[in-house]
Amino acid sequence: MKEQPILELKDLGIQFGGLKAVDKLNMTLYDNELIGLIGPNGAGKTTVFNMITGVYTPTEGDIVFRGERINGLPPFKVTRKGISRTFQNIRLFNDLSVLDNVKVANHSLAGHSVFSSMFRMPKHFIGEREMELKSMQLLKIFELDGLKDELAKNLPYGMQRRLEIARALAAAPKLLLLDEPAAGMNPQETKELMDLIHFVRKQYDLTILLIEHDMRLVMGICERIYVLDHGQLIAHGTGEEIRNDPKVIEAYLGEEVSIDAQS
Amino acid sequence: MKLSKRFWGFIIAALVIYAVVQVLITTGTLNPFYSNTLIFICINIMLAVSLHLVIGITGQFSIGHAGFLALGAYLSAIVTMKLHLPFILALIVGGIVAAFAGLIVGIPTLRLRGDYLAIATLGFAEIIRIIFLNIEYVGGAAGMQVKHMTTWTYAFISLVITIIIISNFTNSRHGRACIAIREDEIAADAMGINTTYYKVLAFVIGAFFAGIAGGLYAHNFYIIQPQNFGFLKSFDILIFVVLGGLGSLSGSVISAILLTLVSTFLQEYPETRMILYSVVLILVMLYRPQGLMGTKEITDVVANLRSKRREAS
Repeated sequence: MKEQPILELKDLGIQFGGLKAVDKLNMTLYDNELIGLIGPNGAGKTTVFNMITGVYTPTEGDIVFRGERINGLPPFKVTRKGISRTFQNIRLFNDLSVLDNVKVANHSLAGHSVFSSMFRMPKHFIGEREMELKSMQLLKIFELDGLKDELAKNLPYGMQRRLEIARALAAAPKLLLLDEPAAGMNPQETKELMDLIHFVRKQYDLTILLIEHDMRLVMGICERIYVLDHGQLIAHGTGEEIRNDPKVIEAYLGEEVSIDAQS
Repeated sequence: MKLSKRFWGFIIAALVIYAVVQVLITTGTLNPFYSNTLIFICINIMLAVSLHLVIGITGQFSIGHAGFLALGAYLSAIVTMKLHLPFILALIVGGIVAAFAGLIVGIPTLRLRGDYLAIATLGFAEIIRIIFLNIEYVGGAAGMQVKHMTTWTYAFISLVITIIIISNFTNSRHGRACIAIREDEIAADAMGINTTYYKVLAFVIGAFFAGIAGGLYAHNFYIIQPQNFGFLKSFDILIFVVLGGLGSLSGSVISAILLTLVSTFLQEYPETRMILYSVVLILVMLYRPQGLMGTKEITDVVANLRSKRREAS
């Protein structure tokens, strides 16, 4: 038996009107694992992310993070508890510089008050300097430190993806949720991203949950994979097990048609 | 440090402007019409800058700023005229009451977005106006007599404090949080920023300075009437901010100066004043749709010019 799980989803479900987007989902994540969540389009993967991070409140079941039930908490509180995310369609702060994007995520770790900032008290300068140092450290790891003053919207696509991960890390998470980090990347960029994810996990001692369409990326780096289809968990296991699971093949490629049925 | 150099530059510039105008006023070179215009410019800049924090920085489209102006004006007038307390206290009371109103209005309305927020804030300003219209204690529709107490010194010092505090706020982790909300509220929330808190905070700070501006406004004229604080006044302030460029503090300052001058000098031609005023607005919107300064600050522009000159030489 392993140690206490970092994240546990218990019979999680959400209903939008008459549509059950996710139904009776059970997942367990342990410390320092790298888990993949895959499934065809519309399977409810991003909905799961949105429930974990508090954007949606689940209508059934529980989300337990480090022994604490967190469903229903607003997103900023979930983030402060130690869950941070990236978005499927990049959501950077476009008109802020690269450095400021990271600093924003550093926000809740700094302690100087509104009052001290308004009147430029010593605490303000200490706090801001610390934020700057921490943010620059992160940018260096992500090789974005040379571009710190560039506006986020002017970065090339691959770098925006990287910056988004850097920003998510700046919130000092224990659990990092990546929503299709390799979407739209070329194979070279994907390869670099895979290395980066590995490195980040080790460096920051993180648990990572990854949504991805790029099968190679998922099979290559994830230790366990959950497969969703139509809001339901259809398979769970290592890459090898998933690859050979008939249900997964069916969900992705359609049902196998036997010759007998045709005649 | 770069920031403090900028700060001292600003202080020195402010002192010079203050001293020059003060000398001109005391020697009588500047007649009361001009000194009044200068005071009016200070008040308008304060209004523009305080609304800039709400619209330009936090991205909350509030168009009820005249409501806070009215609250500050009436409350400070009550303090000086009815309670006979000092003017400086009146200004602070006006600011605090306006800030408190901002808090009460902000908590429910800032959950709304876009058009809905605009309508709610507009409604708030109208409610304030109607309330004062119906209170006999402050003169009702006839208005309230107020002594002329606003001097260049009061106006200018208030203005400098407003600009320093709002720019300090903007250039801190709190200001960045507000800008993040403007850029992408969902992402800001996901980065651990309490979006409701910061929206209300920006609103309250904006309301506070609008309230102080209201105190100066009331004591710059001899009478205040509810009709001075209608929705047209709110739009005047909104125009300062939009014209200056959403997100640019120096833009708001520049456009407040420019438009106050334009409308003051057009007072000589009352029949064509509003036409010319709108022509100015249309021209600016045609040629500078992003506003006079865009999102840049004047300090950025100067720094840019300098680095270009260095490259050229």
